[in-house]
Amino acid sequence: MNRRESLKALGFIAAGSGLLTAACNSKDAQNTTATANGEKLPGVQDFEYERTAQLNAEKFFDEHEMATITVLADIIIPKDSKSGSASEAGVPDFIEFIVKDLPDNKIPMRGGLRWLDLQSKRRYGNVFIKCDVKDQLALVDEIAYPELAKPEMQQGAAFFSLMRNLTSSGFYTSEIGIKDIGYAGNKPGVWNGVPDDVLKEHGFDPSKFFG
Amino acid sequence: MSNYQIKENPELFDAIVVGSGAGGGMAGYILAHAGLKVLMLEAGPFYDPAKDSLQLRWPWESPRRGAGTTRPFGDFDAAFGGWQLEGEPYSKVNGTEFEWFRARMLGGRTNHWGRISLRMGPDDFKPKDGVTDEWPITYDEVKPFYDRVDRMIGIYGTAEGIHNEPDGIFMKPPKPRLNELYIAKGAKKAGIPVIPGRGAVLTEVSKDIKDRGTCFYCGQCGRACKVYGDFSSSSCLVIPAMKTGNLKVIDNAMVREVLTNDEGLATGVSYVDTKDLQEYTVKGKTIILGASACESARIMLNSKSKAHPGGVGNSSGLVGRYLHDSTGASLSGYLPQLLDRKRYNEDGVGSVHIYSPWWEDNSKLAFPRGYHIEYGGGLHMPSYGFLNWVPKVNDAGKNADGKTKAKGGYGATLKEDFRSYYGANVGMAGRGTALARKDNYCEIDPSQVDKFGIPILRFNYKWANEEIAQAKHMQETFQSIMHEMGAVITSKIPGADTLYGLEAPGKIIHEGGTTRIGNDPKTSVLNKWGQAHDCKNLYVVDAGPFVQQGDKNLTWTILALSMRTAEYILQEKKKLNG
Repeated sequence: MNRRESLKALGFIAAGSGLLTAACNSKDAQNTTATANGEKLPGVQDFEYERTAQLNAEKFFDEHEMATITVLADIIIPKDSKSGSASEAGVPDFIEFIVKDLPDNKIPMRGGLRWLDLQSKRRYGNVFIKCDVKDQLALVDEIAYPELAKPEMQQGAAFFSLMRNLTSSGFYTSEIGIKDIGYAGNKPGVWNGVPDDVLKEHGFDPSKFFG
Repeated sequence: MSNYQIKENPELFDAIVVGSGAGGGMAGYILAHAGLKVLMLEAGPFYDPAKDSLQLRWPWESPRRGAGTTRPFGDFDAAFGGWQLEGEPYSKVNGTEFEWFRARMLGGRTNHWGRISLRMGPDDFKPKDGVTDEWPITYDEVKPFYDRVDRMIGIYGTAEGIHNEPDGIFMKPPKPRLNELYIAKGAKKAGIPVIPGRGAVLTEVSKDIKDRGTCFYCGQCGRACKVYGDFSSSSCLVIPAMKTGNLKVIDNAMVREVLTNDEGLATGVSYVDTKDLQEYTVKGKTIILGASACESARIMLNSKSKAHPGGVGNSSGLVGRYLHDSTGASLSGYLPQLLDRKRYNEDGVGSVHIYSPWWEDNSKLAFPRGYHIEYGGGLHMPSYGFLNWVPKVNDAGKNADGKTKAKGGYGATLKEDFRSYYGANVGMAGRGTALARKDNYCEIDPSQVDKFGIPILRFNYKWANEEIAQAKHMQETFQSIMHEMGAVITSKIPGADTLYGLEAPGKIIHEGGTTRIGNDPKTSVLNKWGQAHDCKNLYVVDAGPFVQQGDKNLTWTILALSMRTAEYILQEKKKLNG
């Protein structure tokens, strides 16, 4: 089987058309999530399917916690001229799922959110999400740079690092995030090496295997 | 279990193969094609990459986005199983360590492996270092089988003429990615060779290879390939063998023991069905174990009888001994030259594009043998945690307002940093020869059984000075390559307190040596054909027979030796039939 026949076997070439169809079309894919709700796909083990269904049926964060996660996620990844915000990409729901899936994150997240509210109450007389944006950012500034954080803010810095990691994981694995970061693969093609213009830009010789 | 009874299958098979990975798959393939009636038992479920692979799915199609909660290499990866299995523990002698990986699925670990396909060389079979043990066979004896595996399964690479890195019959290799070009350049300056990779991926059409597709460069071999464009035992060996009509697979069949008669010959095996928990026995004229080095040793040690009081094949007392994994250590960093790099699809193949074969003269070193280096990094598919490194290092340059940057951050500038650093990462990992030592072993734990009532393994494995010295050398090499290519090292450089980042034995998943071959029945378990010295119709075809691995990943050698053993079995049968 040559490459063209490979792709045909995969259903990437519509009969007779000779064109690569959008086989990796995301719309379809979202409806048949590999391991999320919905029908169990081939290649997903029974225990994985059951586990996901069970986690989806549980609720970990309460409404206030989810609201705080949403505000924080959008502080970490706001909307800009190129792409949407973390909450627009579904990051809060991802975080709700992943702390159930990786339960070691439960206490650091719940306790960290609480820590944040206590800090902002002490400073600004209100829980974090009810503070002015200016005050919110002033507090975030003190925990967003681990090497600059004061000793008494270190627990907050550790929480913020976790929150930042979960937010970037959730955002850049979403459809919006992948478009933003410019990942251009996950589709059938032919790899002929680094494009010539890029090779030249980096001082490599396109005529040589090792540049 | 009030209705406990063992179901006996009345059929007598010519051969029973236990395990469906590289070793079991190849033996089953050769024997079935030769017309033998073969039964294959697999402890996990049936798995066909064409239907069951999660290839080309996007990260958002899983709620955990590729995190490794249910599968050790992420939930899109093809590996069913891992280092810990529910209800199937193993123990360790105090003060020793071993992590035992078990893939439970048709094709075993070949569904997710790195497809890095290196031949062991002349000096790996007959070492000249005075320390490591030699094999009872030479490279020249194995070479014809390597050649046939190359043609039958397909491999890319380049002829380099390196003495102990033998060339094969190669298809064209994939070209290097951008970070790999920088690595090759940096390594050259550091005096370390880099050559094109060698991987079991079909980069060309071959007249010898039917019913398989050609690679379409998604870089996802680890998910197993729907068009069979890479080597998995399931797609390339077991499923084609089934098509001959001569090979029958029973899946979810966890083998307890090899059954033997009063003369000590094998008569069949017993197994438990992991789904209905019923007990079965099946009869075979020849029994072939390919359950993985430690699982095959466990089956043999658990197969006790009057004729084999210490377990079948174990009259030497050596089953389980000489257990050795590869050494492994790694270092990561990023290339400032690749910040804000132009985007394009560089998925490439899912195996290595480049690697460094061992290059040093050991006479100047504190350890025998050596290691090779595998490289990573680039514009890969986003997955859970893939950018976590960025906020730990993003203090290069200045902020838009001209202020010095600090690591971490949030908001618009962090978003810019993620865009800027994505794809600039580089990683390197050494894989080296660990010594096969009699004192490193697995044995039956005297007091514990698994959920099926099968006595479990207890491990006793310690690294020694040779492996630690090798890891130290790796770290020094990695740093010199990083330095020469102008990279910023982002991982903590491991020191003596962590054995220079040397991974725990078992973590590299290259374990072998537990049923070593040899000419003397007192010092080996199997003869040079993989046949048990004390049970003539019992063979082992996984990595158990390895006397001493080289730094080369095992799979290609498992395939070649299993093919050789299977053909020996055919010859022996012919002799018997006159």
